[in-house]
Amino acid sequence: MLVFLLRRLIQAGFVLVAISLISFAIQDKLGDPVRQMVGMTTTPEVREQLREELGLNDGFLTQYARFARNALTGDFGTSYYYKEPTIDVILKKLPATFELAFCAILLVILIATPFGIITAINPKHLISRLIILVSSIGLSIPIFIIAIFMVYVFSIQWNLAPSFGRGETIVLFGAWESGLFTKDGLSHLLLPSLSLAIALTPIFVRLIRSEMSEVLQSEYIRFAWSKGLSAPRIYFFHALKNTMLPIITIGGIQAGTLVAYTILTETIFQWPGMGFLFMDAVSRVDTPLISAYLMVVGGMFVVMNTLVDLIYGLVNPTVRLASHGL
Amino acid sequence: MKPTVIIVACLSILLSSHTLSATLKMAFDADPISLDPHEQLSEGTLQFSHLAFDPLLRWQQNGTFEPRLATHWQAITPSTTRFFLRQGVTFHSGNPLTSADVVYTINRLKHSTDFRAMFDTIQSAKVIDDYTLDVSSAKPNPLILNIMTYVFPMDKDFYQGQDEIVKYGETFASRHVSGTGPFILEKRELGSRMEFRRNPNYWDTSSPGNVDKLIFTPIRNDATRLAALLSGDVDFIFPVSPIDIQRTQKTAGIQLVTMPSTRILLLHMNQTRRQEFKDTRVRKAINLAINQALIVDKILRGYATPAGQLSPNRFLGHIADLQPEYDLTKARQLMKEAGYEQGFRVSMMAPNNRYTNDEKVAQAVTAMLAKINIKADLKTLPKAQYFKEFDDRSADIMMLGWQSDTMDSNNLFEFIIACTDAKTGLGAYNASEYCNPSITDDIHQANQELNPERRLRLLQGIEKTLYQESAIVPLYWQFLTWAAKDKVKIQDIVNDRNYPYIGDLIIEQ
Repeated sequence: MLVFLLRRLIQAGFVLVAISLISFAIQDKLGDPVRQMVGMTTTPEVREQLREELGLNDGFLTQYARFARNALTGDFGTSYYYKEPTIDVILKKLPATFELAFCAILLVILIATPFGIITAINPKHLISRLIILVSSIGLSIPIFIIAIFMVYVFSIQWNLAPSFGRGETIVLFGAWESGLFTKDGLSHLLLPSLSLAIALTPIFVRLIRSEMSEVLQSEYIRFAWSKGLSAPRIYFFHALKNTMLPIITIGGIQAGTLVAYTILTETIFQWPGMGFLFMDAVSRVDTPLISAYLMVVGGMFVVMNTLVDLIYGLVNPTVRLASHGL
Repeated sequence: MKPTVIIVACLSILLSSHTLSATLKMAFDADPISLDPHEQLSEGTLQFSHLAFDPLLRWQQNGTFEPRLATHWQAITPSTTRFFLRQGVTFHSGNPLTSADVVYTINRLKHSTDFRAMFDTIQSAKVIDDYTLDVSSAKPNPLILNIMTYVFPMDKDFYQGQDEIVKYGETFASRHVSGTGPFILEKRELGSRMEFRRNPNYWDTSSPGNVDKLIFTPIRNDATRLAALLSGDVDFIFPVSPIDIQRTQKTAGIQLVTMPSTRILLLHMNQTRRQEFKDTRVRKAINLAINQALIVDKILRGYATPAGQLSPNRFLGHIADLQPEYDLTKARQLMKEAGYEQGFRVSMMAPNNRYTNDEKVAQAVTAMLAKINIKADLKTLPKAQYFKEFDDRSADIMMLGWQSDTMDSNNLFEFIIACTDAKTGLGAYNASEYCNPSITDDIHQANQELNPERRLRLLQGIEKTLYQESAIVPLYWQFLTWAAKDKVKIQDIVNDRNYPYIGDLIIEQ
């Protein structure tokens, strides 16, 4: 276990170095940060002077070495736009994204599990066929179409939920700004989390269905039937438990999709989270913030994968962690 | 007192207090990057300046000046103007406004990297007494009043000693405000929200404005911004994209207000990169092949004015006769005469998120150029990358939009037409690399010509030469498009610079 975590830590280190190198290499292609700081009529001479002061004229290696030196002391640069340490800026936006993702995942679990089970147990039933059909369509609709449709129907036509922003928030534990405990905050959460959930649900419905119908064919389930166990016990205890193993793994892989989808959802709903922050940073050429965001997300991936492997081990103790995943 | 009188009195108090409390939620596409009004010369900053600060004078919808913190002014010598300040005005901090504050502000502007280009012409500002000051320029300055619209007096006692202007770091001024404006900043979340409440001590008590609370949210995405208005989450938005205009107009309870702006869209044909563009006949042919009216009609849905010159009609250099021409036969004829009947290949670049429908306009232009056998390889880029390429002048044809800061033709000529001079910044956006010394002379001349008649001749002369030589391709002047709920009377407070005077906004209850 300890060896496993240690290896993962080293792995994380490599991932972060690779990400920082790549994000540094592309910075030059993103545009000129100085352009974003000055008006149109500022003379080229003044702009050049600013570039010099910011160290943007130094070579790639000089700039990277400076960045790496600071990063080792915990300083990941200062955002050009927010004028605050990049990590602080990102951490301030983390709660919004976390709450959005959390609600979406909750909705996915609540919708996908029963639907997946129904279609696996009774594949020929009309409802099952309908679910499969809808999920096939759902798979092929991009999330921004879903989101725009939701805004049009629920916000513009029926006026049921706000179309943008996060609404009223309260501060928990002195640091966590939460929208989960106010009525206004929850109503703002409704459309974005629903869009995110709708985009992710079809994959999981189909996944649960295929995994579970495979499990239901297996020897031990037939044995369980012949032993006279009750149907719910077979379905929800014996079959579902084994279905969940691959789902957890794939769910972990889907975390990447989730990050990408939150960026899109947050942009459309003007959700003040990390994804929106990132898109803004790209359009403002806020390069320190872009690098820091990529590193934070990279770090989150490593943590997420580690967690998935740990949960895997809990659900199925025969999996040996130390040899797994490396 | 009779009971009815009392009832009427009570009712009127009730009603009047009612009209005084209105909340405005507005969503524009950008917010100020800093609370320091001198850190960046951008639309967002100036919109903010009109909320938290007050200018000495400001533009009215009809293009004339309206006195604000300066009640009147007079020229005492050709290069010196005396300004008389309004008395009894206080800053949000409680300090009274005096001419020392104005002088302090002008000196600060002279040190700002962004405003320096304009304020370099001002040599000194001198306190005469508490409410009088003299502003002098080195040479006679015909645009002194235009420039003074950028003077939003800052609270000297509040800022002094901690007032440095830094482009990439936090300063006192970028986090704290004390102006004289109609609104006091209450809360700010950079990039996502600003909240203001009305200044209870605002000097302009005759202003009909009844906005008590103002919530400002920058929403960059066009669809999200419009959805926010249509769903009732905000009351006032800018801009509305052309594809949404029709829909906005059809929606009950929503009004659309449009106004021609002075921003010109144009194409540069780089004469250093391309031998062909050195030939006036080729440049003329390109001008003739591009159908401005069609672009405006089809791509901008009529929300622009086709341009045959740089100066819009409210500028001095404008010549009514210079209309855009479209004549394919003549264009082909000219190409043939120049020896390019078979045409040639050029590279072209345009932004894809800077101006309204910029990418589509650029695509239309390439199609039009193809008709005279010029094959343009178009590359469009987001503005962050585009202006880097523009500075490098890395394509043969490049698109540019320009809004004159001084509301004067000469500003266009200085940046777009004058021979490039890295030191003074003259011709910084002259990606045509067109250089005509006599025009550059005229530009210098116009900067200090006080006689309106002679100045008019100079500016129109430049415009005429550009037209004759087909130095550039003027495309159109963009419209500004705002939308709001019907009860929000924005038509009275918007202007062609897009600094809505929210202090004077009336919201019907």
